[in-house]
Order: sequence, then C-alpha cells, then structure tokens
Amino acid sequence: MTTYPDDHYVDDAPYDPEINLSEPDRKDMDAPAWLLVWRRFRRHRLGLISGVFLLLSYLMLPFAGFLAPYTPNERSAENLYHPPQGVHWFHDGALIGPYVYATSGEADLVNFRWQYEADTDRPMRLEMFCEAGTYNLLGFIPSDTHLFCAPDGATVFLFGSDRLGRDVFSRILYGAQLSLTVGIIGITVSFALGIFFGSIAGYFGGKTDWIINRAIEILRSLPELPLWLALSAAVPSNWGPVAVFFIISIILGILDWPGLARAVRSKFLSLREEEYVRAAEMMGARPGRVIRRHLLPNFMSHLIASATLSIPAMILGETALSFLGLGLRAPAVSWGVMLNDAQNLASIEIYPWTAIPMLPIIIVVLAFNFLGDGLRDSLDPYKS
Amino acid sequence: MMFLKYAGYRLLTMLLTLWVVSILVFAIINLPPGDFLSNQIAELRATGQAEGVAKAEFLRTEYALDRPLWMQYLIWIGAAPGPQGFSGMLQGDFGWSFEFDQPVSEIVGDALWLTVLVNLAAVLFVYVVALPLGVLAAAKSETWVDYSAAFVGYLGLATPNFLLALILFYYGQKYLGLPIGGLMAPEFEGEPMSPAKVQSILIHLIVPTFVIGTSGAAAMMQRLRANMLDELSKPYVETAKAKGMAPARLLAKYPLRMAFNPFVADIGNLLPAMVSGSVLVSVVLGLQTIGPALLTALKSQDQFLAGFVLMFVALLTLIGTMISDLLLVLLDPRIRYGAREG
Repeated sequence: MTTYPDDHYVDDAPYDPEINLSEPDRKDMDAPAWLLVWRRFRRHRLGLISGVFLLLSYLMLPFAGFLAPYTPNERSAENLYHPPQGVHWFHDGALIGPYVYATSGEADLVNFRWQYEADTDRPMRLEMFCEAGTYNLLGFIPSDTHLFCAPDGATVFLFGSDRLGRDVFSRILYGAQLSLTVGIIGITVSFALGIFFGSIAGYFGGKTDWIINRAIEILRSLPELPLWLALSAAVPSNWGPVAVFFIISIILGILDWPGLARAVRSKFLSLREEEYVRAAEMMGARPGRVIRRHLLPNFMSHLIASATLSIPAMILGETALSFLGLGLRAPAVSWGVMLNDAQNLASIEIYPWTAIPMLPIIIVVLAFNFLGDGLRDSLDPYKS
Repeated sequence: MMFLKYAGYRLLTMLLTLWVVSILVFAIINLPPGDFLSNQIAELRATGQAEGVAKAEFLRTEYALDRPLWMQYLIWIGAAPGPQGFSGMLQGDFGWSFEFDQPVSEIVGDALWLTVLVNLAAVLFVYVVALPLGVLAAAKSETWVDYSAAFVGYLGLATPNFLLALILFYYGQKYLGLPIGGLMAPEFEGEPMSPAKVQSILIHLIVPTFVIGTSGAAAMMQRLRANMLDELSKPYVETAKAKGMAPARLLAKYPLRMAFNPFVADIGNLLPAMVSGSVLVSVVLGLQTIGPALLTALKSQDQFLAGFVLMFVALLTLIGTMISDLLLVLLDPRIRYGAREG
C-alpha cells in the first residue's frame, strides 16, 4: 500500500491491462440458465423426489412384462379373489431367501366368499429369472423370462388376485403402460393446439384474436366430463384396443387446450411489441418463423411446467372414463379398467385389495403436482 | 343503472354462448354413426317384428329424424316448426326418450332440481370449508396447521372423486350410520315434499357434497392462502400491528377483505369442474340427478335425452359463472364495466 502526498492510497499489486472485468468473481455465478434452474430445482426436495419417481416409473414401462410375475390376462380359476400374499425371508430363524407359502382355497358357502388357507409349514422359494407366460419386451422382443415367479404348486399374488384370478400386482404394472402414457399423449395434443391457437391469437390480434378468445371462453365454461363422456360414447365399439387408447388420449387432450392457449396468448400480446420482434419482422421473417424462433423459446419452460400440472387431470380423466365403462375396454389393462371391477361396495368390503389400483393413481397424481410446483418455482433462476 | 346495463350485457353473452354450445352438443351427439331408431329398426327387422318397426318409423318422422341434419338441429332447438307438433327446446318441448319410451321432461323432472341442489350444496361446502381453512393456513403459515391443511388439500386434489365417494360411503355407513346410495330414502321417491322427505334428502346429501366439494375446496383454499399471504406482507398490516391492533380483528378488517375478491371470482372457474364431478359422483353413488340418465342416454345413443342433459349441465355452469361475475362487480366497485381501458 502506497500513500501519495495528497493522502490517496494505491494498491501496489501489479495491474494487468488484459484482465476481463466482466468476469464474475465466482465461477458458479456464470452458469447457463439450465444449470441455474437445476440448482434451484434441486433444493425443492419434494419436487426432486417426485421427478425421480416419475422418471423411474416411465423407464419401467417397457420392462413391465419382465418385472411382473404373471401376464395381465392370465386367469387362474383356482385362485379367485385370492388375498395378498407376503414374501418372507426367514423360516424358523433360518434364512431361506424370498419365499411364499402355498395356499389352498375353498368356497365358503355360508358367507358366499372365497377362503384361502396358507400352509405355513412348507416355505416355497420364489424362482428368479424363470420362464413363464410370454410377453413382448420393449413392445417387440418376444420373451418369457420373468424377474421372479411362483414356484410350482404355489402362487405369488403380491396384491392379491381379482374376480377372474388375475394377479393385481402384474396388472398394475401393465396398467401403468396405458395409464401413464394417456396423459403424455393427451398433453401433447393439448400442447400443440394450445400453442397454435394461443400464438396466432396473440400474434395477429384483431378478428382472429376475438374469435379464438370467444372459443376459449366457451370451452372453459363447459364442464369437461360430460363432454368427454359424449365424445367417448361416439367411439365405435368395434375398434381395437390400440385405436381406442389413442382416440381416448386425443379426446382428453382436445378439451384441455384453452387454459394453455390463454397463457400463450397473453404472453404473446406483450412480447410482440419487443424490439427484437420488430427487428426480425423488418428483416423479412415470416410470422411462423417469428413465432417459433423468437417468441416461443421465451416462455417454453413455463409452458412445460404448466403442462406438467395438467397431466394429472388427464390421468384422472382416463380413470374416470374407464371406470364408467366409456374409456378403455378390456382386454386393455389400465388402472381405470381395473377399478371398474371394484365398482360396488360389496367387493370393496369383502375383497379390499381389488381397490389397490387407486394407490398408484394417487401417488402418480401427487408426484406430477409436486414436480410441476417445483419446476414452476425454479424456472425463473434470476428471481430472488 | 350501470350495473343493470352490465347485467344485461352479461346475460346476452351467456345466451350467445348457450347457442354456440347447442351447436356443439348437437354435433357431438350426432357424431356416432347411426342412431337409436335406425339401430332399433334394423334389429326389429332382423327378428321379424313388424309392428315394432312401424312404431319406430312413426317416431322417426314424428321427431324429424329423417330430415337433413341442419333441419334436425333447427327443429330440435325450436327455431323451425317440426312435424306433428314437435316444437323444440325453445318452446319447452325436449323431445322423446327412445330408451325409456317417455317424454324427456318426464324422465328428468325431479332430477333437475336435485342436480341443482347437489351442486348448490357443493358450492356452499367449498366456501364454508375453504374460507376458514385458507385464512387459518395463511395466518399460521409454516406451522403444523398450514402443513396439515396443505396435506389434506393435496390429497383431496389427487384422489379420484369416485373412489373417495365409495370409500366415504363405506366408512360413513360403518361408523356413522349414514345411508348408502341415492339422494333420499326409497319410500320418499315420487312423494310430494314433506318435512320427513327434506330431512331424508339432507342426510343423504352429506357424503356427495363432501366428495364433490373436496377438490374444489382444496384449490380454493390454496389460492386464498396465497392471496392472504400477499396481503399480510404489506406495510399497512405492519402499521396496524405496530399500533397494537388485536390479531383477529386485524386479519378480518383489512387483508381478508382484499383477498376476498378472487375468492368470489374463482367460483366461476371451479364450477365446470364441480358440475363434472357431480355427474361422475352421481353415477357412482346412484344419486337421482341427471348424471345416470346422461350415461344411459350416451351409451344407447338416445339423442334427445343426452342432448337435453348436456344442454342443462352447460346452462347450469353458465348461470353459475354469470352469478359469480355479477357478485364480483357488486362487491368490488373498482372493477370496471365492460372492456378495460388503457
């Protein structure tokens, strides 16, 4: 430190004229936006857990056949309404590995229900990587290897079996394939429609805006479910399960876009006055290009967050439609189709495990809600 | 005076919306190939029942189903004269239900009032539950009160309505002795109103109201909480606190009033979802509202019945939304009539 005669202090450290003054002190402050978003999101514990859970669930889908001990429509006439079986490890203090007890059932003709008795003397080990019913791995590779299956002479119904003796656990895994993708397809349809109508309304304004805005208001003021019902009732009954699945997803999406379109429109109304939009227009960019390249990327992330929040509505919608018998139909397996069996109180009272498919529904819907909340909170990394 | 003008304007837009909805409903109902009568005629022909065919053919001409679609639409809404005195909805003639072989108005009759009643009860439930819980959650934010309210709210949002209905019915019956199914004890069905019948309906209403209202109440509660938190962080609250105002009075006197407007406006947004919910829950619980009739009608392509129920459900929502809009204007003089300027 040098003191000049006029009492100024000057640092003696050598001065580097080449130094970049705009470089931040902390390297981590200069991260790209996605990294900042990720850092904020990571602190949202519930959102993170939900995100990981959903990711795993979706990754599981192609392997549902491998993880499930049974195939979805495999019936076992001797095991109707079999209660859930526990998987045990120790028998009389000795480690045996995962095993189940064989059960024998008989009809209780006094109360008119099935009774099962477990033979607790004889533990039967589960077979691992065993061969059972055939399925298509990833949808196209035929395979008959299962992660685990019941030993000969015993059954493994982790969540019990339903009225036709089908394994509820396996059916939940298979049902996830349809129930989880229905939301994704539905939201894609709604996303495409919402962005299309919202952006042309907001960008062009005037008459187009007026018409689209009225359409949005009308659709938003109508109760969705009766319209869903009416549209699904129009699906011809001779269509195959795959076609029905797609059309139901599209029906779910087709009534959902107005909310999204409104958000897009209001953003566009303010953004189209920005200088960079003017500049792009003056350089001769067509409306389509301005919308896609200059306007949409501005708030795509917000749209994705709000889309995440509307997937649960579609999953619940599919469940409701299938439950009422107007959605997916057997032999297709979805959580709603499974709950269709649990429709009357008597079966829930006597065989409560037939209502188990409601658990994955609740968990997945909650997870999407938490994930959406987390994304929404973390998407603006520059906000305090 | 301004208010009346606004109300008139609002009524006009509602009627226009209703008209567009009628086109939409008509289109959706005619979407499936074939219709109830042609299916029936084909079936009767196949089984060789000639007299049935004659009746179906008669109904077909009676209700103008042999005309082109646009003509059918005009006759249905009552804008064009139909054959043999079928005058259409505008004249209060809702058509014939082929499935039940009765006029539509006779089938739905009582169900209309019960539908309105169920929805009204659900809206009341939303207010009664969401208001105290939302305010409490905001006032005690980040305490166990807040967290448990949020937890219940999330659960309410995530549980499918129809499952909640089944579960509550089961436990309500088991532990509280609540009746299962229907909106009144069977012996009152078709009876004129009497104190006993009213009581029976009220007891039967408990579970459906709870089920239909829960998700709406959860959403409403969250929004009220957020609004209240915004208000509570403002300087005037600080000032009032510093001057020694009692907490309860402080809460009720200013922030609550400010946060109240969106609360009223929101019912308009919630209503479509609640009417949806009431249809679904009615089907599951076998309530005597128009929900079950809608499902039957849609499954069998009974077009007049389905069309009427869809129109009624839409009308119910539109009227509710309109009332909430008008209430909002009355409550908050700052809200401008018509278009916003500037």
